[in-house]
Amino acid sequence: MTAALLVEQLLNGLQLGVMLFLTAAGLTLVFGVMGLINLAHGSLYMTGAFVCALVAGLTGSFWVGLVAGALAAAAAGALVELTVIRRLYDRDHLDQVLATFALILIFSEGTRWIYGAQPLWLDVPDALSGAVTLPGGAQYPLYRLAIIVAGLAVALGLHLLIARTRLGMRIRAGESDREMIGALGVDIGRLYTAVFALGAGLAGLAGAMVGALQSVQVGMGEPVLILAFVVIVIGGIGSVTGALVGAVLVGVTDTLGRVFLPMAFAQVMPPAEASGVGSALASVLIYVLMAVVLVWRPQGLFPAP
Amino acid sequence: MLKRPLAAALVAALAGAPALAETKIGFISTLSGGAAHLGVDARDGFMLAMEQAGRDDVEVLIRDDALKPDVGKSLSDEMIQREEVEILTGIIFSNVAMAVVPPAVRQGVFYLSVNAGPSQLAGRGCHENYFNVAWQNDDLHQAMGGYVATEGYEKPFILAPNYPAGTDALAGFKRGYDAEVTGEIYTKLGQTDYAAEIAQIRASGADSVFYFLPGGMGIAFMKQYAGSGVEIPVFGPAFSFDEVIIGAVGEAAVGTRNTSQWAHDLENAANAAFVEAFRAEYGRTPTLYASQGFDTANLILSALGKADPAEDPDGFRAALEAAEFDSVRGEFRFGNNHHPIQDIYVREVVMGEDGKPTNRLAGVAVEDHQDAYASECTM
Repeated sequence: MTAALLVEQLLNGLQLGVMLFLTAAGLTLVFGVMGLINLAHGSLYMTGAFVCALVAGLTGSFWVGLVAGALAAAAAGALVELTVIRRLYDRDHLDQVLATFALILIFSEGTRWIYGAQPLWLDVPDALSGAVTLPGGAQYPLYRLAIIVAGLAVALGLHLLIARTRLGMRIRAGESDREMIGALGVDIGRLYTAVFALGAGLAGLAGAMVGALQSVQVGMGEPVLILAFVVIVIGGIGSVTGALVGAVLVGVTDTLGRVFLPMAFAQVMPPAEASGVGSALASVLIYVLMAVVLVWRPQGLFPAP
Repeated sequence: MLKRPLAAALVAALAGAPALAETKIGFISTLSGGAAHLGVDARDGFMLAMEQAGRDDVEVLIRDDALKPDVGKSLSDEMIQREEVEILTGIIFSNVAMAVVPPAVRQGVFYLSVNAGPSQLAGRGCHENYFNVAWQNDDLHQAMGGYVATEGYEKPFILAPNYPAGTDALAGFKRGYDAEVTGEIYTKLGQTDYAAEIAQIRASGADSVFYFLPGGMGIAFMKQYAGSGVEIPVFGPAFSFDEVIIGAVGEAAVGTRNTSQWAHDLENAANAAFVEAFRAEYGRTPTLYASQGFDTANLILSALGKADPAEDPDGFRAALEAAEFDSVRGEFRFGNNHHPIQDIYVREVVMGEDGKPTNRLAGVAVEDHQDAYASECTM
């Protein structure tokens, strides 16, 4: 193992974490402000990727596609909130899970109906293709570096939005006392729609960015959704800071575990077995992390006040 | 009043005559989810052959297993018990096939595999009513192992998802390569981010990469590999490089090589006619899954011309074993375990005239290949 490999894997972990943050931020806000479990969040992520691929294909510009993907996901989120989610706030969590699970099925089949069963093509923009040499001699894909920068910029923007703006003040107020801000004359319905659309837009942005790296296909959102839930449980439900810390923690743990556990086992057993045992153990590592965090701090790392 | 008995007799004759010769075929396949394009292509190839034959005494029932073994099993039960099909076919994935095939063939139904070829059904678990028209799971990987060795690569790095067909794939490659490999990784099934694995490939000092990642996994890997700056040559089975996958990967796929028992530019009359008809009917280039579906349908049709599976199962079985049909692979014959003995080719991905990458035949990896489990079959 060389230092270059370790640096590269740390960056990979950070990049995965940043992507997870974009998805988890919306999920944790929606849960924190509205008390709603939204399983269909992964479908909004998928919507962002599909619209980005479609628009990038039509216009020839990835950037136009990226903006369109995020906006389309936000619009889809607002629409879903107005038509379905709105009816679920007063129901218990089981009803919410059932209804949003139905939304996953509707989104998946609808997407297949519109775009077909085959994966779509979306490529990294020319300006960001290829690899750059890092200080120390390691090579790293430029596009992944761009994702890290973009994700951290969004995190900063989200922090400023919540800490410094009127909308952010209302979101914070909504988290701590829903009835009271309603009584103070804030239009709670519009606030909920705005928060839901914001979360959906972030998920759509993440989907569009990852779509260029992976494949744009039906069902791409669900694996991310599971990880995003792990992230918000670790970070503390309702906390955006917690989501950022949790996401980076999960990203780095998952990446390093996948690489170094098989290597560690290879010291004591034949390579083929080590690879099998190591990768099997690596895939449960983040859940072990979650269990440890929950034993230590049952409310997560940054519990919402 | 005289007309009525005449009409009744006519109706009876019309209704009765085709019913006698009617053959029902159940086609259970993966038609939804991330791997749907495999099942869709197999189905389209199968139905193209059925349409070309134009026989109105053969009925095909098509169902979607959604890549779930339990769904496949209940569909096959329904087809055997209620629809009374004589022939089952269509399954893409080995885990579904393992749930459906053994109980079906024990009930006297014929099963012809268009794709899945688990080792259990090729070796000790072989059965007289089970025919595999595609390949045994290990075949293409093993052929690629041999090819990589003869091309003089000394440090291959190999990876596959951590599930039965993935471990079979790497075992097959190593059997063909027959020397130490530099690195070996099992990834999570359904994984879409390969940054960590690509970094390991870079650090290992390997001189070649072999991967078996079907569907969306392959698309993700290849795109990320192309952007990573690692420039060692890439090899794989045809499943990692079918026309749909390389279409989604784009330019990055150009230059990779893969093994397949068929290629759309393989020169024989049956294949030229098939590729042309498929393009005309569906507007896309067929994948190997489509060719396997097409061959399976033509094999069934050739055997139906000789014997009826319900009335003369032994005759029908003998007709299947003889395999007298025009395969799009050229020569085609079955080994003792009802798996094909066939040439396996090397294809290279090139940029097509329409600006989209496509597979081009580059040579033969191994001639008259028979799977590694045939000797264990005591049929």
